[in-house]
Order: sequence, then structure tokens, then C-alpha cells
Amino acid sequence: MNFDLTNDQKMLQREVRSFAETELAPVAPQIDVSGEFPWDNIKKMAKLGLLGIIVPEKYGGSEFDFVSLAVAIEEISRICASTGVIVAVNNSLVSYPILQFGTEEQKEKYLPPLCSADKLGAMGITEPNAGSDVAAMESTAKLEANHYILNGTKRFITNGGEAGIFVVFAYTDKDLKYKGISAFIIERDTPGFTLGKHEELMGIRATANCELIFEDAKIPKENLLGKEGDGFKICMNTLDVSRIDIGAQAVGISQGALEEAIKYSKERKAFGQLISNFEMIQGMLAEMATQIHAARLLVYYAGYCKDKGIPPRFSKEAAMAKYFAANMAVDVTRKAVQIYGGYGYTKDYAVERLYRDAKILELYEGTSEIHKIVIARELLR
Amino acid sequence: MDIIVCIKRVPQTAEAKVEIESSGKDIVKDRLTFDMNESDMYALEEAVLLKEKFGGTIIAISLSCSDAEDTLRIALAKGADTAIRIKAEDFDELDGYKTAQLLSAVIKDIHFDVIFTGCIATDDAYSQIGATLAELLGIPHATLLTNIEVIDSISHVHRELEGGLQEHIEISIPALFTIQTGINVPRYASLIAIRRAAGKEIKLVGQNEISKDQLLLNTQIEELFIPPVAKQVKIITGSPGEVSKELAGIIREKGLI
Repeated sequence: MNFDLTNDQKMLQREVRSFAETELAPVAPQIDVSGEFPWDNIKKMAKLGLLGIIVPEKYGGSEFDFVSLAVAIEEISRICASTGVIVAVNNSLVSYPILQFGTEEQKEKYLPPLCSADKLGAMGITEPNAGSDVAAMESTAKLEANHYILNGTKRFITNGGEAGIFVVFAYTDKDLKYKGISAFIIERDTPGFTLGKHEELMGIRATANCELIFEDAKIPKENLLGKEGDGFKICMNTLDVSRIDIGAQAVGISQGALEEAIKYSKERKAFGQLISNFEMIQGMLAEMATQIHAARLLVYYAGYCKDKGIPPRFSKEAAMAKYFAANMAVDVTRKAVQIYGGYGYTKDYAVERLYRDAKILELYEGTSEIHKIVIARELLR
Repeated sequence: MDIIVCIKRVPQTAEAKVEIESSGKDIVKDRLTFDMNESDMYALEEAVLLKEKFGGTIIAISLSCSDAEDTLRIALAKGADTAIRIKAEDFDELDGYKTAQLLSAVIKDIHFDVIFTGCIATDDAYSQIGATLAELLGIPHATLLTNIEVIDSISHVHRELEGGLQEHIEISIPALFTIQTGINVPRYASLIAIRRAAGKEIKLVGQNEISKDQLLLNTQIEELFIPPVAKQVKIITGSPGEVSKELAGIIREKGLI
């Protein structure tokens, strides 16, 4: 058993941390207020290879493994949760399914621009009436000659307003229920595809969260990802992978909150002494550090499972990591605000932002409740 | 242009609590993180910029323990072609002079046009490696560079002086330069460069290659201590007129205006 990061993972961690502290830190509080998409930093990160961490070099990627992806997302999210999920989505939700299920032509066409951020990626699963219940989606795609005609609306799409390449799910055969869902690669300039409402979110506010509207959108036949009916499998497989980096995002946000809380507790005085001298503060800090450590190990282990292919389906491990890390992040950031007292409730301190950023973790890429169902289902097989 | 960059791995003490270890001659390092010395990062970047302009190779060299191989790999990821670690564990106590002798012993057998070092190490702040190494190698040097251009084997360099002055001098190469922070913007290593650097071999040089007999120390640390904190706060009381008059007097007396 080896808990050490490899040489290249340690270097990646150092460089991403240095980049995040220098380039992302000044921008993070600003884009939280403005909601402005951080294109400058995304372009800089693409140059470093962070937009295609898990993509092979021949398609323009950096060819690292999933533990490395987790390390990178953690370091980015420690400073800016919005940027963390933008990068995570491009890697896991879009590049990964194309890499895993795409044809050679699709990989050659779509992976290089995703890695270079010439075109950013977004994924469309959720709909106004279909969140956790994926099979309740109403979008349909009908093959007519050389095009699929896609109709439907996707909601709450991270990167949606700024992306150029979308992986979108729709029914090609409703009678087959979830086995009738198919996946498509859709370009932004597709006729019949428009952007809808931009969501004003509570946290991760700079992620261009947007509705996607398809009205008789013409998708070239060759943009079907996998085969007709593979959509649900592609979706679940992709979500398993993306749960590694959403878990990593949770660890990063929490680590950032812990560091802020430690610093503040060593500066703030009450009753004539530093609040770090008080056992109740110490207790919170100890709990936070332990929770983060446990979550990090779960996340890295899920990444390890994916990298090693053991177990071949690692849904349980990924669900455990994401479920635990998401709940942990909400609790840890709440404690950080508590340590700050009234100041923590103001926008003058980062913990207020981190607390808001953390809440989404319990909702997206599967709610915590869905993860418990996934875990229990595996236990009761 | 063949360039050698001397690199030191130093503890990051800016935000850490520094404690003196029981010998009284070093700081407690177990809980500190370590990284490349700040001005060495700028030295490395300057080397990479020159290499991009003129071609050639960059050798990163560090006198350090095995932990510093991470730092040398970062140098490889950022543009160095090869890396050498002189095994500090083979050479007992070190000071600036002995360090320069060891660096010189290795560098004298390597072809180079330029040697870069950082202008100061953030741990011991001796600032003596660059100049001493240049003397030992018998080459000219200039310190505290804020700019360098090389034209036809002549380096035109700007040195930072006190009072905001800059000095422009010309030095023929081969030469050694110590680099001031801010001379450039050090790059981040790309992930591909990191992956390639991770597998590169770091050449080790130790007591089998360098005789210890001739190595001399010329300084010895007697004691490290944290200076006592003196209370220098003066509370001025009285009416606003009296307070401002006394404050103005103090400022004038201290020569601050």
C-alpha cells in the first residue's frame, strides 16, 4: 500500500497550487460577485495542459491519470470553486465520454479544441422536469436522412453559456425507456440550438450556468456518440468518473476554508486571548482537518480504482467519495463561518463565498440521496 | 548558448512559525515546506529565455540532500535539459565558501557560456555563492541583474543599485551573473513538461568524484536566535493640537521628513 503521490503528481500539485495562488486568487472574489466567466485564466490553464489532464497527448492532452486529475481539481478549487468545476466539466463530463465512447474521427475532431480551450465543453443531462430521475427526460432525437432532429430543453448546464462543444442526451426511442436514450456531440453553431435563461446561482457563480434549447436542431448523424441506446450507459459511466473530481472540488473548497479558519483563529482575540486558545475552536479545527483528510483519501481511492481498473465498475467507490466529500464540505465550510463569527457572514471574508460554493456539491453530479441509493444498491446486490 | 543555473532548495518561512532547534545552530525544519529559492526561479527563467533566443543547453545544479531532487525536477520541467545534484550528505558542514568550492569542482569540467545564480538565498541570505564561484572559476561576474542582453559574446547587463539607480555594464562571456527577482516573469511548467521531467535521471556527484581534502570552511555559525521583541509604541495623549505638534516633532527628530 502506498499513500504517496508520484513524482509527477507532486510536481503537478506544486505548479497548480502556485498557479492558483498567483493567478486565480485575485480573481476569485471578483467573479463571484460579477458572475463573469474567467476566460483569461481558462486560456492560461489550457496552455499548461489543465483542460485536458486525462486526454492522451496525441489528442492535445496531458495524459495524466485520474488521481492526478483529482489533485489538480483540488488545488484549483482550494482557491476558486467556479474555476474548479469549469475545468472538471471539460475534463470528465465532456472529454472523457468522447475519449471513452467516441469514434477515432470524433476524438480527432473534438478533443484537441477541448484541450486547448478553443472550444470549451459542457454536458446536457438535466432538464426542467428531469434531474435525479434521468430517465424522465423529455428531449427526443429523430433520425431523418443524415441528421438527427433534436428537440428539448436542458437546464442548469455548467459552462453552458460559454461552451462550444456539448455532449447532450435525448431519447431516440422512448418505448425502450432508459435503454432508448442516446448521446450526441453538438456544436454551438448547430442550427436550431439556442441558449436560454442564464441562472443566477447561490455559489460557483462564474460558471456560465445556462439553459440549452433545441428546436428541431439538426445534428449530423456522425455526431451520435456510441450507438443508439448507449446514452444511459455513457451517462452513468461518465458520472462515475466525474464524481472523482467533484469530490476533489469538495476537498479543495474545504481545505481553503480550513486554512482561512486557522489563520483567522490565530489573529482574532476574544476575552483577552486568541480564539485559537479556546478548546471549542480547537475542536472545530480538529474535526474539519479530520473530515477533509478522510474525504481526500476516499477521493484519491476512487481515482486509484479508475486508474487501476479495480473494481472494474467503481460506482460504489466514486459515489462514496462524492457523497462523503460533498456533505463534508458543507459542514466544514459552515464551521469555518462559525469560527469567523459575524464576520464570516459578511462578504469581506472568503469563508462566506466558500460556504455558498459548497452547497452545490450536495446537488449536482447526483444528489447526496442518489449516491446513498447507488451505494446501498451495490451493498444489497 | 550553454548555461548553468545554480539552484537551492530552501524552507518556506514567510508564513511559518520559525523555531530554533536544540543545537542552537539551525531552525526546526520538520514541519516546514520547501521549494526553489525565489531568485533562483528568476535565474532559471532567464536561462530559458536566453536558450529560446540562442539555442544551447541548460544544466541545473544543486548542492543538496536527496529531497531537493523534486526541486531539480521542477527545473527540468521548466526548461533545464539536465540536472546534477551534488550530494550534500557526503560533505558534512557547509558554508558559502565550501558550497562555492563544491560547485566549482563540478562546473570546471563542464562547458558553459553563462552561469546564473539567484542573487540571494531566502534562508541564510549570504549572497556570496555567485561572486565566490566566479572567482574560483576565474571568470568575471556581475551581481543583482535586472536585465541582460547578449550580443556577439558581450553581455550588456543592468545592475540594481541603491537609491533606485541602475548601472549598465558590459562583460565578455563566459561570465557569471546573479539574478534579481522581478527581472522576468517565471513560467509555470506545463503538465506535459512535468510528466517528461518526472522520468528524467538526475546525475549524482559525491565524495567519489570530488575529493574532500581541499575543501575549506571559512565561517562557522555560533548561534541562531530570534531577536527579542522590543516595545516601541509611544501613546501620545492630549488635545488634537498638542498631539499633532508632538507627533510632527517626533517625525522631524527621526529625520523622516
